[in-house]
Amino acid sequence: MTKTTTTRRSVLRGAAALAGSAAFPAPFVHAQERVTLRYLSTAVNQSPAIAEKASEDLGIDIEYIAVNTDEVPRRVITQPNSFDLVDSEYFSLPNLVPSGNMKGMDASRIDRIDQLATVISEGTVNGEQVGLDGTAPHEVLYLEGQDSTSFASSPTEWITLIPTTYNADTLGIRPDLIDKEITSWASLLDPDFAGKASILNIPSIGIMDAAMALEARGDLTYGDKGNMTREEIDATIAALIEAKRAGQFRAFWSNFQESVNLMASGEVVIQSMWSPAVTAVRTQGIPCVYQPLQEGYRAWASGFGLPRTIEGRKEDAAYEFINWFLSGWAGAHLSKQGYYPAVLDTAKEFMEPYEWAYWYEGAEAEQDIMAPDGRLLEEAGATRDGGSYEERMGSVACWNAVMDENQYMVRKWNEFIAA
Amino acid sequence: MTQAADTTAEVRPARTSARRRGAGRAGAVLAPYLQAAPMALVFLVFFVLPLAATIVVSFWQYTQYSIEPAFTAQNYGDVFYGCLADLPSLCTTFLTYLSTLKFCLIVWLTTLVIGFTIAYFLAFHVRTLKVQVICFLLCTIPFWTSIVIRMISWIPLLGRNGLVNQALMGMGVIDTPLEGLLYSDFAVILALTHLYTLFMVVPIFNSLMRIDLSLIEAARDSGASGAQTLRHVIVPLARPGILIGSIFVVTVVMGDFLTIGIMGGQQIASVGKVIQTQMQFLQFPLAAANAVILLAAVLAGVWALLKLVDIRKEL
Repeated sequence: MTKTTTTRRSVLRGAAALAGSAAFPAPFVHAQERVTLRYLSTAVNQSPAIAEKASEDLGIDIEYIAVNTDEVPRRVITQPNSFDLVDSEYFSLPNLVPSGNMKGMDASRIDRIDQLATVISEGTVNGEQVGLDGTAPHEVLYLEGQDSTSFASSPTEWITLIPTTYNADTLGIRPDLIDKEITSWASLLDPDFAGKASILNIPSIGIMDAAMALEARGDLTYGDKGNMTREEIDATIAALIEAKRAGQFRAFWSNFQESVNLMASGEVVIQSMWSPAVTAVRTQGIPCVYQPLQEGYRAWASGFGLPRTIEGRKEDAAYEFINWFLSGWAGAHLSKQGYYPAVLDTAKEFMEPYEWAYWYEGAEAEQDIMAPDGRLLEEAGATRDGGSYEERMGSVACWNAVMDENQYMVRKWNEFIAA
Repeated sequence: MTQAADTTAEVRPARTSARRRGAGRAGAVLAPYLQAAPMALVFLVFFVLPLAATIVVSFWQYTQYSIEPAFTAQNYGDVFYGCLADLPSLCTTFLTYLSTLKFCLIVWLTTLVIGFTIAYFLAFHVRTLKVQVICFLLCTIPFWTSIVIRMISWIPLLGRNGLVNQALMGMGVIDTPLEGLLYSDFAVILALTHLYTLFMVVPIFNSLMRIDLSLIEAARDSGASGAQTLRHVIVPLARPGILIGSIFVVTVVMGDFLTIGIMGGQQIASVGKVIQTQMQFLQFPLAAANAVILLAAVLAGVWALLKLVDIRKEL
């Protein structure tokens, strides 16, 4: 980078000047009312600080609509008029796009479309391909046309979702309550942890955790863990039922806070976890490790999409907000909570060098690492679990997915719960 | 505004004159219907229409992202998928209903015993009305907080490192923590009993308060023992209260999935949870079919209970 001398403050000043000059040639904008964008997503993706900053920088008000992971696609499909901008997981797209309720985004209106992280746009990190089991984002990133209801196999001008955040999940463990080394997903089904393990109760994701464990243990080999055949689903659920009857699982979790509570209370010592959930346990002063495993990570990504009904000033405002989102401040804000943003270079400009080194390069923290809200996350000297961006995202094995045999899978999952 | 005022001015003399003429009979006939109309309207809009929609949708077809009007019994077939083929082992739906019925029965029994005892104490052992009212209000205090909070507050008590385990280990009763306290059938039954006992207390207390005390005196004078009086006088007279309480408890437990989910660690199946999972995956028609079957099951239960006691007569 050539801008090594640039301080955060000067960049901010520059950005403010830029925003100011952009506003002047169009004074008539001020005569109109401020635009409010209704932003539909899970609560985890809705930072009040981002809404505040966007309002300050752009004069666009963000009204958050917070719902559960499962509720996001349900809202898009059943009430497409109830929001202006949706932050949805990529794995929902095979359900959302055919419904015809999403509008392809014009790539030419996204300033940094060429700078999107390659793991999202191509499925590669540093030119190396990552695991593509499941719904890999680049496979569902492009549409044939703006109103198309099917995906394009090669890049086009029409984008489904512009990435907001993404990350890689792995097993979280309580090192103080586990006295052996954990190196594989197989440990999730290790009888030594009977009654102290947990998996996700979101069927499409929980079954992938189970598949990672079963494949690691050598029981099964999957064609595509994110898109199983009926036989593979049957075998996976049978193994899960066996483990459940043997008392392997303490409880199942279905949202961020539940996973944190199970781990913090010691009810569970090993479970698949989101990186920020591990951080949340640790900020309570309880040791918890986000354990890198030899089989790799289960990754997820989420991004901005537009409803079919959006038009006019709202649509302009949505593009303006998305361009602002990719311009760095928001990316840095999310990075400091442990997420990865769509455009890395701009996020870097808004982070102190020691912060960037800790969050992205796997380096020891030179100073105490603070959360965006000012809480202490890590003391100086700590390194990030899982290491650098390349080590984490480069070791992705599969992506969250919705299978073709989804209906069959849900039926079998209910069987597992009833067993 | 003036127009509206004019019309009322016109209407009023017309109505009074009609009443004077004795044509008020039509009004007298209409009055009860008009009085019932607001409630009937609320019922129609918030109960009958959604229920009708649910029944209609249960015959529709669906894909992963759409539901299509149709008339197919496929969803009902899917609910009972494998139920015949898997015999003698039970299919998912039967297992789920069996588990729910089990909780229903146990919780009905525990809430009845505890609820009756509390109501009996309040009605017959507390002497003044003032103290009765105070005690009764005390019973309702937990209802001032949310049902979820009352449920979740058990978790720190029952957990592996919870208060109960720590106390027992501190007293040297056990060496290793009891695992079965939380995320188990026991935890579910405990929480359901705790949450719904008051539903038994209130109607039973109401029934007991109506019992003429001279009946009890008469029983005693006739030489009946305490147990005999309870069995032959008090319980039969408390039957309507017991029945109403039972209907509350049975219907609530049949449809419960929050308590069973949270206290069972999401590992125990319930019909409500199955419906919720199906809705998460946009399988609305399938969820609707399940809901209709659940409704039928609950109605059958209530019908059976009503067969036991003729509630209209007893009230």
